[in-house]
Formats: sequence, structure tokens, C-alpha cells
Amino acid sequence: MRILLIDDSKTMRNIQKSILKQLGYTEIEEACDGQDALSKVGAFKPDLCLVDWNMPVMDGLTFVKTFRSTNKTTPLIMVTTEAEKSRVIDAIKAGVNNYVVKPFTPDLLSERITETLAKCGVSS
Amino acid sequence: MDPTYISAFVTSIQNVFSTMFQLPVEIGEPRIKTDRAATHDVSGIIGVSGSMVGTIVLSMPTETATTVISLFTGMQIETDSPDFADAVGEIVNMISGGAKATFQRKDVGISCPSVVIGPGHIVSHQSGTPCVLIPCITDCGEVVIEVSLREAVEESAVPSNAA
Repeated sequence: MRILLIDDSKTMRNIQKSILKQLGYTEIEEACDGQDALSKVGAFKPDLCLVDWNMPVMDGLTFVKTFRSTNKTTPLIMVTTEAEKSRVIDAIKAGVNNYVVKPFTPDLLSERITETLAKCGVSS
Repeated sequence: MDPTYISAFVTSIQNVFSTMFQLPVEIGEPRIKTDRAATHDVSGIIGVSGSMVGTIVLSMPTETATTVISLFTGMQIETDSPDFADAVGEIVNMISGGAKATFQRKDVGISCPSVVIGPGHIVSHQSGTPCVLIPCITDCGEVVIEVSLREAVEESAVPSNAA
């Protein structure tokens, strides 16, 4: 299981990476914005992406729209401080499969990852 | 300033500190801040744009910030490390995002955070916009949230970056 973490905050990437490792996922790649992520998805071929929304250079919503124009199946989870219902709807319309609002507990992120993989038929 | 804005930040900082650091936060008496000098030596700053404009500042003494960041990251980080500023920025980002969600407005955007560290620095809020300082007492020491927000008047209600 290859997982791409997309967040401009190294702190948040480290926290998410730690949770993923506790869940047994070790093939983890990191990107610091949407553009960086787009440059890595071709070679890394992620099975799951965790995407922040608020990032410089290219934000997460733009990444999701761009990624979804060529990839309809890889599960995407938005992990963001953007908590308004309208934002969640925008993200789902753009193609995210699940949504986690920061701050989150390790248990919550773990649950969302597990349910997203199950919903998308990806074996973890 | 609408008092509900203040309660939104109170609720949000309590949520962020309890969820991410397991730290309860006791709220002191909010007051108007009139001077431009930073309250403490570490400032995390977020700009607000769209139908509301202004700035949000999380200000902490260095010692308190160091302890909070160690709880956040699980390691001791020197204040001159980029990772220290990154962590401070992420905390003010979460606090601002959580408060913004309660404003019930679609068109308010928050900027990526900036962090200033050092004694005697100045943080300027928009002129003509009152700044409310909310003291927050934690087991790691006092932190403050400074909220300077107003409705945008005759300005384009487009968020700078809905990211």
C-alpha cells in the first residue's frame, strides 16, 4: 500500500506519517503542495492520497480536480482545517472520497483511512 | 466586533489544545489591545480575507511555545529551526480554521500562516479595526489569541485563497 501525504506543514506530515506507520503502512511519500504531488504521482503510483487544502503554489482542491481528470479511482482523503459544510461539498464534488477536519485524533484519522479503503474496494 | 467571533476563537483554541496536546485551556478576561508590540516573543499570524477581513495572532512566550511544540511534535525542537515555525503556523492555522467554520459564511478565506520569533517584534493589525486579546491559561503557561476582524465594506467579497 503506497500512500502519498500532501501537506505544506512538515509537522502535520510527520504526525500523519506516525499514525500511518502505527497502522502498518510503511510505503509513504511526501509532497509539500499540489504541484509537488502531481510531479510525484506518476512514479510513485499511490494507492491512497491524504491531501491538505490550504497550501501555497497549488492548493489541495486544485490538485484533486487535476488528479481526478486522469485518475478516477485512487482514493483521496482531504485532511484540512476547512470545516464549513460548503467546503466539504466542494471537495466531494471535486472528487475526494472522505474528509477529515483538523485537529483530529489518531483514532479518527485511522477510522477514516480504513473506511475509505473499504468503501473504495482497496485492500489494505 | 461581534462577540460571537470571540467565542468562536475560545471554542476553537480549547478544541485544538485538547485534541492535539491533551491540554485544557482556561480562558481569562478578553480585553482590547491598543499597542502594536507583540504580546509575547513567538507570534503565529493568519490573514483573513473575503467578506470579513483582518488578522489572527497566536502569541506565546518562548518557553511556553517550546513546551507546546514538543507536545505537538513529540520531540524537542529549537526555536531557530524551520520546523519550530512550521509547527507554530500549523497551530494558528487550526485555531483560525476552526473558528472560521462557525462564522456561517462561504466567502471567508484564511491565508497560509506566517511566524515571527524574537523579542520586541511588532505585529500591525489593520487600522480602524479593534483588536481583542484573549488570554488563555494552560499548564504550559499563558498563550494569547489576538483577534482583529471586521466586516469587509465596499470590498470584493472574494477570498484570496480558499485553500
